[in-house]
Amino acid sequence: MNPIVQISGLSKNFGKVEALKDVSLEIFDNELFGFIGPDGAGKTTLFRILTTLLVPDIGSASVLGMDVVSDYKKIRPLLGYMPGTFSLYQDLSVEENMMFFASVFGTTIEENYDLVKPIYSQLEPFKDRYAGNLSGGMKQKLALSCALIHKPELLILDEPTTGVDAVSRKEFWEMLHVLKGEGISIIASTPYMDEANQCDRVALIDKGEILNINTPKNITSEFKKPLYGLKHPNKYELINRLRDFEYSDSVHPFGEFVHYTDERGKIDTDELKNYLNVNGIREPIIKQIDPDIEDMFMSLMKPEEMDV
Amino acid sequence: MSELAIQTEQLTRTFGDFTAVDRITFDVKQGEIFGFLGANGAGKTTAMKMLTGLLTPSSGTAKVSGMDVYKEAEGIKRNIGYMSQKFSLYDDLTPEENIEFYGGVYGLRGQELKQKTEELIRSVGLEKFRKKLVRSLPLGWKQKLAFSISIIHNPGIVFLDEPTGGVDPVTRRQFWERIYEVSNQGITVFVTTHYMDEAEYCDRVSIMVDGRIDAMDSPDELKRTFNASSIEEVFIQLARSAERGEG
Repeated sequence: MNPIVQISGLSKNFGKVEALKDVSLEIFDNELFGFIGPDGAGKTTLFRILTTLLVPDIGSASVLGMDVVSDYKKIRPLLGYMPGTFSLYQDLSVEENMMFFASVFGTTIEENYDLVKPIYSQLEPFKDRYAGNLSGGMKQKLALSCALIHKPELLILDEPTTGVDAVSRKEFWEMLHVLKGEGISIIASTPYMDEANQCDRVALIDKGEILNINTPKNITSEFKKPLYGLKHPNKYELINRLRDFEYSDSVHPFGEFVHYTDERGKIDTDELKNYLNVNGIREPIIKQIDPDIEDMFMSLMKPEEMDV
Repeated sequence: MSELAIQTEQLTRTFGDFTAVDRITFDVKQGEIFGFLGANGAGKTTAMKMLTGLLTPSSGTAKVSGMDVYKEAEGIKRNIGYMSQKFSLYDDLTPEENIEFYGGVYGLRGQELKQKTEELIRSVGLEKFRKKLVRSLPLGWKQKLAFSISIIHNPGIVFLDEPTGGVDPVTRRQFWERIYEVSNQGITVFVTTHYMDEAEYCDRVSIMVDGRIDAMDSPDELKRTFNASSIEEVFIQLARSAERGEG
């Protein structure tokens, strides 16, 4: 396979803040690659280096076979970039924004209409509306259309689904799958761990470091201990009692369940059930379950360094 | 104090010929954790503004902590807590100064304010950072601080508008454990979120579609009613039926 992005030993500091620490990875042609991590993980810094907007302190990165520092002028026309903050012209209409971005890249809306059509056609009823007056979901679609209008080889999307409801998020990923089908390579970041399943491969990133890179299916295979899911109507007390248990290793609320690992690894669930029964948690449901990406992420996270 | 933290009847708000909130009727019990869900544009923000005394309804009735949203909006503002994702801590003040400022705004003075400030610094675990600017704190700590400040005046109810956006999964869970604690102390928690797993942490959940509340129940009952394995599935079933475009 052909790497379209090669990053090696990349570091970037802002004053005392280490935004990226020795990051190395490769992304391949026509991949849909996800960076999953919370705010402050370094996702935006990395994307700004890949889009040639920021120069690394140490290490190197190449995009589409060209160096991000020396070949920045050649890289830029081949990228579509959607920044994390809405960066279109609020006081231009939907259509004017599209025309502007098309002309900056030396093309027209008509020339690449087929590519943007599935997304842009949803906006056309509002083409005379100021971009500033669109709802969140519509702004996001317009930003994607503008990033696509020059038919880039690589699309880089910084948190495109943040603050968007579950239905719109789902639809947005469906659009990305269509674009991938058109042969475009896509790199996207998200703080929503469940969206990892939409990607071919993901990198888990936290505090400037890559914690793991794998397919969504395989990323949880390295989870170290058997994981148990417990359920009881009084979740608050269940969490407290599990934390008090002498072999307690990790206790995390997870939707309707509480996820638990034990210092001893595999356990006799009857013993835990007895302990809970005696301590006021009557008849809890306990079963062994498969870890998901969020379990994995939390197990890899390093504790917060508080030297502010 | 009334047994119900929120009580609405046919609450409606129109803007011109657009009905943002369409005759919603619901109760929230004192001490309950109530999840207020809906797609973007479903009317959540407008409803929240009416319940927090910031926007006068067009018709219908609503009481918050026993006070009428038409006649006692100022009283409501003094007696509720509010925190949003874009929480309004002052970045160029220290945690201590932020607490003193907000405590003062909510009418705490002298010894009481001093004591409250100490208590809060300790409970959030900010002893070492009391003299640092808030700007330099990690996001998760700012969130914990903002939440604690939002209930500094012991309100009967606190409104949390997407409180956990962008934080790491561990901090997000710590935040929810704090919500459980607060609810255990009898404070009602009214919360919106885009994380569907968080909806499962609530005692009851309502889902808004096109300005209406189309479903409201405990997470378990909702899943049973809609024959779904998660609240996310319930949400997607309902929100896909929306007719209102989000343009």
